Amino acid sequence: MDKLMGQLKRQIIERLNLKDLKPEDIGDDQPLFVEGLGLDSIDALELIVLLQQDYHIKLDKAEDGPKVFHSVRTMADYITKHSPAKKAS
Amino acid sequence: MNPPVFVAGLGVVSAIGLDAAACLHSFETEEAGMADIKILHTRLRGKLPVAEVKLSNEALAELTGLSSGMPRTALLSALAAREALADAGIFNFKDLRAGFISANTVGGMDKTEDFFESFMMNAAAGKLRDVVYHECGSITEIVADHLGINHFISTVSTACSSSANAVFTGARMIRHGLLDLALVGGADALTRFTLNGFNTLMILDKSFCKPFDEHRQGLNLGEGAGYLVLVSEEIMNRLNKSAYCRIAGYSNANDAYHQTASSPGGTGSFLAMKNALENSGLVPGDIDYINLHGTGTNNNDIAEGTAIKLLFDPVYPKMSSTKSFTGHTLGASGGMEAVFSALAIRHGIIYPNLRFETPMKELPFTPVTKFLNHQRVKHVISNSFGFGGNCTSLVFSAS
Amino acid sequence: MQVYIRSTGNISPQHSLEKDLFFAHREMQDGNRWHAVEPEYSRYVDSKMIRRMSRIVRMGVAASKACLDEAEVRMPSGIVTGTAYGCLEDTGIFLRRMIDNQEELLTPTAFIQSTHNTVGAQIALLLKCHGYNNTIVHRGFSFENALMDAMLLLREGMDNVLAGAIDEITEDSHAILSRFGLYIPANDNPEITAKKHKGSVAGEGASFFLLSSQEIHGARAILRGTSTIYKPESLAGVESRIHAFLKESSVLSDGIGLVLSGANGDGDHDEIDDYLSATAFRNKTIIPFKQLCGEYPTASGFALWLAVLLISEQKTPDWLPNVSFPLRNILIHNHYDNSHHALYLISAC
Repeated sequence: MDKLMGQLKRQIIERLNLKDLKPEDIGDDQPLFVEGLGLDSIDALELIVLLQQDYHIKLDKAEDGPKVFHSVRTMADYITKHSPAKKAS
Repeated sequence: MNPPVFVAGLGVVSAIGLDAAACLHSFETEEAGMADIKILHTRLRGKLPVAEVKLSNEALAELTGLSSGMPRTALLSALAAREALADAGIFNFKDLRAGFISANTVGGMDKTEDFFESFMMNAAAGKLRDVVYHECGSITEIVADHLGINHFISTVSTACSSSANAVFTGARMIRHGLLDLALVGGADALTRFTLNGFNTLMILDKSFCKPFDEHRQGLNLGEGAGYLVLVSEEIMNRLNKSAYCRIAGYSNANDAYHQTASSPGGTGSFLAMKNALENSGLVPGDIDYINLHGTGTNNNDIAEGTAIKLLFDPVYPKMSSTKSFTGHTLGASGGMEAVFSALAIRHGIIYPNLRFETPMKELPFTPVTKFLNHQRVKHVISNSFGFGGNCTSLVFSAS
Repeated sequence: MQVYIRSTGNISPQHSLEKDLFFAHREMQDGNRWHAVEPEYSRYVDSKMIRRMSRIVRMGVAASKACLDEAEVRMPSGIVTGTAYGCLEDTGIFLRRMIDNQEELLTPTAFIQSTHNTVGAQIALLLKCHGYNNTIVHRGFSFENALMDAMLLLREGMDNVLAGAIDEITEDSHAILSRFGLYIPANDNPEITAKKHKGSVAGEGASFFLLSSQEIHGARAILRGTSTIYKPESLAGVESRIHAFLKESSVLSDGIGLVLSGANGDGDHDEIDDYLSATAFRNKTIIPFKQLCGEYPTASGFALWLAVLLISEQKTPDWLPNVSFPLRNILIHNHYDNSHHALYLISAC
């Protein structure tokens, strides 16, 4: 889980062009949207594609975004639960 | 100093008709223009409905006299622009300071997409004639040259409010004595670029859109063109016909909230409508019909609805979104809806908002759901709200 | 109604954002693609906001901020921008991804940033400016028509209207435009007006101006008039339009102390400049401004910035030709693609 969270932080920084940040600057439970990291609805759409491209998980409804992307930990939880690889094994 | 500006002619091409009469017929028979993608070559065929103009580029070229190699946006633009001029009875611009102010968002992108496929494999590949008209301004110049207008030509591109801005720029130039006649409006063709772009925003409805419905799922993209011929009072008196209406007022405001989303309170929408009303010397109670921007997205409809509630409460005029017929035609929408607004005044009609079933819980009003005629339609407000917070409202009044 | 230019902000292939640097040092660029000299953007925009801004948006935002800062005006009443090519970088990114990924797994940021009104919208967003906002995308008249819109706003009673122009070059756009034969070979030394070439040099830049109809202490210059000529029928036709323009503006040809010409070094395009230098501009000091900024559809923005600078400072850099002072009036004649001619008359306050 820690490894996944670390990976996610690196991916978030890269995808969303958060050049000034390092992975250790993002807290595991820090809110990503509005306050905290201050991401917005466009970033949420980017993260939906990140889930699909890198983790093969499809989030059909943009409205589910706020729950799933609340923090790095909630993202990691969601990936762990819905990962196709995990389901297969 | 507010000299009147008259609408002397109009022209429109859309998924529901190749000219104004055909579009009116579709409104009356409540036949929407959405369908599966048939003309655009895209991997999204079969996945999303769109509202295409039901003619190939070759057929449009034949109708307009332009080459079929021209970008589709230019072909659509030429068709509607020519109809507007013929409708106004203007066949040459001798002794007239005529302007062409057109709008589009895609330019020649339909051709550029083809070029890029080859160019990406090899920087020396791809046909240069496919990119020579890439720019928005090139589309306008193709049509201006074709129509013989050269005194003043311009292109506006402010996303979904583009052609509404073009309409009132022409009106202002006539008021300031810079033009006698302004052919104003816009055009946009469907392209893979815009279809895919909107798809990434997850605001496209996989079925036919339901503007202002509680269960709306997004918008359907469309294509088309719509133009008005605006003239000064002096020119109107010379023409042997009556005006459709006057441009009574207009306003352009910016939401300044987010790049694509509207503020929940609809600040930009509210300011645009409020200032347009003031600008026209009218009060909310004077408005007989609102042609909504009404795309069918969660965000637009609640923002626009909230702004309407704030401005018109407690008495609401009849309103509807004609995008339920034509889809969202982006840069063409303001121009097309200006045409529909003028027709509403001329014919005393109100368009239905198709597929509306459930009122939005936040709003104390609902759109009209059936085509209505024999209506008193003296003042109409038409809304166009776009990305970048660009909000424009136009007010049309019987002359 | 008089139009005052209260302040300016300009990013270009010269050091135009810093007046003292510009006077001290001419930036000599090589090849057929001249890059804008860009500032440290964090000086102008919060670094959290910069992340989503493409280069052209950063240039526009920085130039507009510099313009507003110079006038010490926090909020303009309206914002009008002109761009011929729009946001090319993001357009290219989205197009390439769309084709590479065969229309799957695409992300929205590049698409959103590709719309032509992005620069004007970002400026409004950062300022929280709810006022009038428009974007003109009309080839070689993008800036002229944006300026006209801004001047109409002044006539309608608005004050402090921000008007500007921006265009950029990208790898893709340069490669494509080069194929049209627009530019000299990449390894040529571009003394672009010293001799006639086949082609010119690509430039880019962002130019912003704060306009007012009020005579305010500290206004930089007066914009006495502008005029555009679309596809003129002859060289003589352009000449007579220039005379008519000066007459309308009530300025005699003798009163013009300097001409900034749009000659770009391309033999196919500079015939008009040769003609005018022998006729309407005979005996005048002519500076071809594109030797400083390169050729691009909104290069007249750079010319206007330069005119305002020279007339308000009442001096020219050592590295430009001598001009007689006091300099009361400057005439700009730009032309783009042999089809879009623009005239500007700038006077000292």
